[in-house]
Amino acid sequence: MEPISGVPAIVAMVAKVVGLFTILLLVVAYATLAERRISAWIQDRSGPNRVGPFGLLQPIADGIKNFLKEETLPATANRLFFVLAPMITITPALVVFAVIPVAAPLATPWGVVDMIVADVPIGILYVLALSSLGVYGLVLGGWASNNKYAFLGGLRASAQMVSYEVALGLSLIPVLMLVGNVTLTEMVWQQQQLGIWFALPLSLAFILFLISAFAESNRLPFDMPEAESELVTGYHTEYSSMKFSQYMIAEFGHMVTASALMATLFLGGWDLPGSWDNAFWYQGQLIRGFAEDGSVLLADAAWWKTLVTFGAFGVKTLFFLLVYIWVRWTLPRFRYDQVMALGWKVMLPTGLGYAMLMAVTILALDTMGVAYGFTYGLVLTGVSGLATLAFLFFIDRGHTIAGAAALNRQRAHAARHARGDNPAGDGQVVLPSAVGD
Amino acid sequence: MAISVKVMERPEPEETSYLRAALSGMALTFKHLVNPVKVTQQYPEEQTDLHPRWRGTHRMEVHADGRPKCVACGLCPTVCPANCIRLVGGEDDQGNRYPIVYEIDEFRCIFCGMCQEVCPVEAIHVGRHFENAEYTRDRFVYDLDRLMEQEHPTTLLWDPSDPRSE
Repeated sequence: MEPISGVPAIVAMVAKVVGLFTILLLVVAYATLAERRISAWIQDRSGPNRVGPFGLLQPIADGIKNFLKEETLPATANRLFFVLAPMITITPALVVFAVIPVAAPLATPWGVVDMIVADVPIGILYVLALSSLGVYGLVLGGWASNNKYAFLGGLRASAQMVSYEVALGLSLIPVLMLVGNVTLTEMVWQQQQLGIWFALPLSLAFILFLISAFAESNRLPFDMPEAESELVTGYHTEYSSMKFSQYMIAEFGHMVTASALMATLFLGGWDLPGSWDNAFWYQGQLIRGFAEDGSVLLADAAWWKTLVTFGAFGVKTLFFLLVYIWVRWTLPRFRYDQVMALGWKVMLPTGLGYAMLMAVTILALDTMGVAYGFTYGLVLTGVSGLATLAFLFFIDRGHTIAGAAALNRQRAHAARHARGDNPAGDGQVVLPSAVGD
Repeated sequence: MAISVKVMERPEPEETSYLRAALSGMALTFKHLVNPVKVTQQYPEEQTDLHPRWRGTHRMEVHADGRPKCVACGLCPTVCPANCIRLVGGEDDQGNRYPIVYEIDEFRCIFCGMCQEVCPVEAIHVGRHFENAEYTRDRFVYDLDRLMEQEHPTTLLWDPSDPRSE
């Protein structure tokens, strides 16, 4: 089992790029339809069902419509950045997928092909770097439109993305500590070796990553930059036709990429239970594990394994896509201050504390000489489970998004303040709007 | 009298959990997702049952030999509150009156149905029908031929002994 090289490698690379890009755009197109249909079902409606059987041609009709729409350019807009912004947004959304492994290596007569476009050694760092570039498109688009709503949307996008980038990075630290590497192929491999997907041993990191990923892709309940009810449609208010479409493709592209990333980091990527599909390049050999005496167990790649694991990866990704849509049509939008408070006052400390806890646990396990395997995973699952319960039952009590419940306390406090019971200089600030009722 | 205000009982912040509340909300939406309450009527495929006294666009009854039943008495343009009926009556060799021009402007019509009530020979009727789309405005002035071509069911007149048409 040799890795593919020479001319066939170039052909394979081109095929992978074209194939994955096509699939990604197809999934993005049909995600728009899925969003509309699923939202309709959740609200007891039917959704678009007229174009083609079950409305399956709707994305194509939408595409044609968007191409034929009038392209508007506001007279006071900054022409250069107005045109540039959608491109800046859409590019990172589509290229991030290049470092995500989508299936087990494929055996061909010319050698074994890795089912990943670019197995770059910086892996997850590439993802973080590029996905945060997307915010520049939003900010530039909002600013260049010369429209106050678009501008506010762009501002909110920048504040929100920067805030949740921190929590996103912190939730990744336990994963990186456990894997000891940043490439995504190695993350899949380590989950295969552990025998448990990281969603359980690192459950709190999973929850934090999920929440941050929602905020990063500007989806409800975090869609501050768009906020139809407050900002018309936020940063893309002035955009029409294919420029608007580019923003939508970017948003759904972010969703698909984030889903694939969550599947890879926390649900084992293309891995299926059992060690039959394990595969990893180790000293020029494709191995599926190590024997008791430390010698390698060779893996044998097969086309059907590639197919089955690709299916597994697809199912996991689509599951997270469904969660995205499902959450959007369940939860109302947060207030802007709630979003900021959640990011800085809850996600950041929790992420820091959890990273410390995991560091201590991993260090203790390594010191005690527990072998990296199922037991190791079980101990981590227990510790993380406790941390998750603590998060759900203590930290989440009125500290995250309290909603109307917080109003009582605010009123009581304001009443005390009005009576003059408030001890001077306790640092409490009472909003003027809270006094007087 | 003082206005009574209902004060909502809100839980204390310590008793709430956003994540758990969100999960219970998601359970509710998931129930609707997998088992939606079917309320949508797939309109062109499924037709609505119109009420027997639904008043839609007009039709003119015809005799077996194809002549309109209208005797050009002039009652319907007289009673019409919207003044949308134009009638020019004539008389044939046997002295039978008939309409030379009979036009109804369906845009002016308010579908009160008084033309049908007043007609002594049960010639003009409002119908149980609502699909009237046309490409031009002038197509909405129905002339005599057009009124005689209509085939939709006619409206039931109000019966005092059965006020709800049951």
